[in-house]
Amino acid sequence: MAVLAQNLSRGAPRWLARHETLLAAILVVALVILGSFNERFLTIDNLLNQGRLMTEVGLIALPMTFVIVTGGIDLSVGSIVGLCAITLGYSWKTFGFPLPLAILFAIAVGGLAGFVNGLLITRIRVPPLIMTIATLALYRGLAEGVSQAHSVRGYPEWFFFVGQGQWLGVPTQLWILLVAIVVAGVALDRTTFGRTLYAIGANETAARFSGLSVDRVKLIVYSLSGLMAGVSAWVLVSRVTTTRSDMGIGYELDVIAAVVLGGTSIFGGSGTIWGTAIGLAMIQLLKNGLALTGVKGDATIVVIGAVLIASVLIASSLQRRREYGA
Amino acid sequence: MSAIAVARPQVARTSLLRRVASQEALLGIAVIALAIVVGVVNPRFLATRNLSDILLGNAYVGVAAIGMSMVIISGNIDISVGALIGVLATVSGSLAVAGAPIAVAWLAPVVVGIAVMALQGVIVAYLRIPAIVVTLGMLSILKGGLISVTGGKWITDLPEGFHLADIELFDILPMPVLILAIATILAALWMRYSASGRAIYATGGNAEAARLCGVSPQRTVVMVFALHGFFAAIAALLFATQLKVIQSTTPTGLELTIITASVVGGVSILGGVGTVIGATLAAILIAEIASALVFINVSPYWIHALEGVLILATVIADILRRQRRMAGG
Repeated sequence: MAVLAQNLSRGAPRWLARHETLLAAILVVALVILGSFNERFLTIDNLLNQGRLMTEVGLIALPMTFVIVTGGIDLSVGSIVGLCAITLGYSWKTFGFPLPLAILFAIAVGGLAGFVNGLLITRIRVPPLIMTIATLALYRGLAEGVSQAHSVRGYPEWFFFVGQGQWLGVPTQLWILLVAIVVAGVALDRTTFGRTLYAIGANETAARFSGLSVDRVKLIVYSLSGLMAGVSAWVLVSRVTTTRSDMGIGYELDVIAAVVLGGTSIFGGSGTIWGTAIGLAMIQLLKNGLALTGVKGDATIVVIGAVLIASVLIASSLQRRREYGA
Repeated sequence: MSAIAVARPQVARTSLLRRVASQEALLGIAVIALAIVVGVVNPRFLATRNLSDILLGNAYVGVAAIGMSMVIISGNIDISVGALIGVLATVSGSLAVAGAPIAVAWLAPVVVGIAVMALQGVIVAYLRIPAIVVTLGMLSILKGGLISVTGGKWITDLPEGFHLADIELFDILPMPVLILAIATILAALWMRYSASGRAIYATGGNAEAARLCGVSPQRTVVMVFALHGFFAAIAALLFATQLKVIQSTTPTGLELTIITASVVGGVSILGGVGTVIGATLAAILIAEIASALVFINVSPYWIHALEGVLILATVIADILRRQRRMAGG
C-alpha cells in the first residue's frame, strides 16, 4: 500500500494519492467483496441500519477530529455519554423535568463537561491526555454515583423517534449525522476557525505569536466534544430505550480509531472531516462484516484495536517516506 | 558559565528531593489520619481483619503502580495494564488447572507480561507512535481477546499450592505485603542509585538532553515497558491467587486506579519526577478510601469519581507548584 501511494503521488493527479481517496477506494472494494460473500449485506435496509448504528460514534468523531487536529486528545467522551444518559434519565424520572427539557439539560451537561476539560487544559495547562484520563474516571464515577447502577426505563413513545424512527425512508439520526458532517466539514475546511485549528496543531507557539486566540479556540473545541457526546447520549438512549451508567464505555476507542483511520494525524496539524466520515464508515463496515461472518462483539474490538495501531503505523511510515522523498 | 551549569542541577535536585519527600510524608500522614477519622466514626473500620483485608486485597495495585510510575516518569502512559493483568491471571490459572507444574503457571505470566509490554515499548520508542494510541489499541485487543477466548467463564478448582497470595512467611508475614514491600524498596533503590534507573528520569525530563548525555531514550523506554510488564505479571499472580476462583474478565477501571496511585504518589505526569514509594503509599490510601466509604455509609459507587478528583487535584497542584517555582526562580 505504501508503494502504491508512492507511485500514485508520482504519476497520477494529486487527489488520487490523497488518504481520503485511497480509503474511499478501499471502502468500495470492501463493500463489493462483502456483498458478493453475503447477499444480506448489500441491501438498502442493511446499509441504512448500519448508518443508524454508527451515528452515536460518528457524532463524537467529528469534534474529536477538531481536537486531534489541534494536537490534543479527549479520552473522556465515552464517560460523558454515560453521564449525559444518566442526566437525561434522572432529571426526567427523578427530578420531574419535562422530557424535552431533560434532553436539553443532558446535552448542556455534556457541553459543561467538555468545557471543564477545556478550561483546565487552557488555563492551568493540564496536558489534554491526563486531563481527560482524570475526567474519564470522574464523569463515569459521577454517572455511577448518581444512578447507583440503577437503570431508567419507561420513556414515552415519541421519544424513540430519534433513535428508532425514520424520515423520508432514512433513519432519523442519520439525518442529524449527515447535517453534522456537512457543518463540521465546512467549518474545518472553509472557515478561519478551521484554519486556526490546523495552525494550532502544526505549531502552537507560532499560532500564539501570530495573534490567534489559541486558548479560546481550544476551549470551544473541547466544549464541542462534550456537547456532541451529549447529543450522542440522547440518540443512544432513544435507540436502546433505556438509561444505564455504563453507557458509552469504550467509545473513545471507536471514535479515535475512526478519526486516525480517516487520515487525521495523531500528532495534529492535518486531517479532514471527509476522511473521518470514511473512516467511520469503514469501522462500521468492519463491525458489520465481522458480525455477518459470525464473529462476536468481543472479538470485534480486538480487530478495531489492531486497526487503530496499524493505521497509525502506516500513516506515520508514509509520512516519514514523504519527508525523506522530498 | 560552567559554574552556573554545575550549580543549577544541584539546586534542582535538592528542591526536588524535598518536594518528593514531602509528598510521601503527606501520603503517610493521610493514610493514618483517614484511619483515625473513620475509626472514630465507625470503630469497626480499625478491626485488624479489615485493615489486613485492605492491605492484602490491594497489594497487587501497589505492585502494578510501581511499573506504571516508571512508565509515567519516562514520559509515557499505559492504559492497557488492567486488561493485561486480567489476561495474565487467566493464563496462569488456566495453566495451573490444566495440570502444569506450579512453577510454570507462575513463570508463564511473567514471560507473557514482559513480551507484551516490551512489544508496546518498541512501537512507542522506535516507531514513534504515542503511547496512548498503542496502549489504547492493546487495551481493546487484550480485553476483547480475553472475553472471546474464555467466554467470561470463571476458573475454579485451582490446584493446591497455586495460591501464592496465601503463603505466609514465618506464619505472620503474608506474601502480598512482603512482595509489595520488597518490590517497592528494590525499585526505589534501583531508580535512585543505578545508572539505568537515573536514565528513566533523564528520558522523561528531557529526551534530547538525555541522548546528548549518552543515554539512549529508545532503549530506556523499551526497558521501562518491559519492567512494567514484569510488575504487571507479579500483580496478576497476586490478583489471581488471592481468591479461590479467577474471573476471566478484565477488572473494570483497574488501569485508572493504578494510574491514580502513581499520580497521587507524586509521579509528575509531565515526566521526569516521582518515586515508587509514593505510588505504593497512594495505592494503600486509595484502597483505604474505598473501604472507608462502606464504613461511613457512602455508596462505593462514588469511588471512580473520587479517583478522578484525586488525579485532578494532584496534577493541578503539581503544575501550579512548578509554575510558581518558575516564576520565583
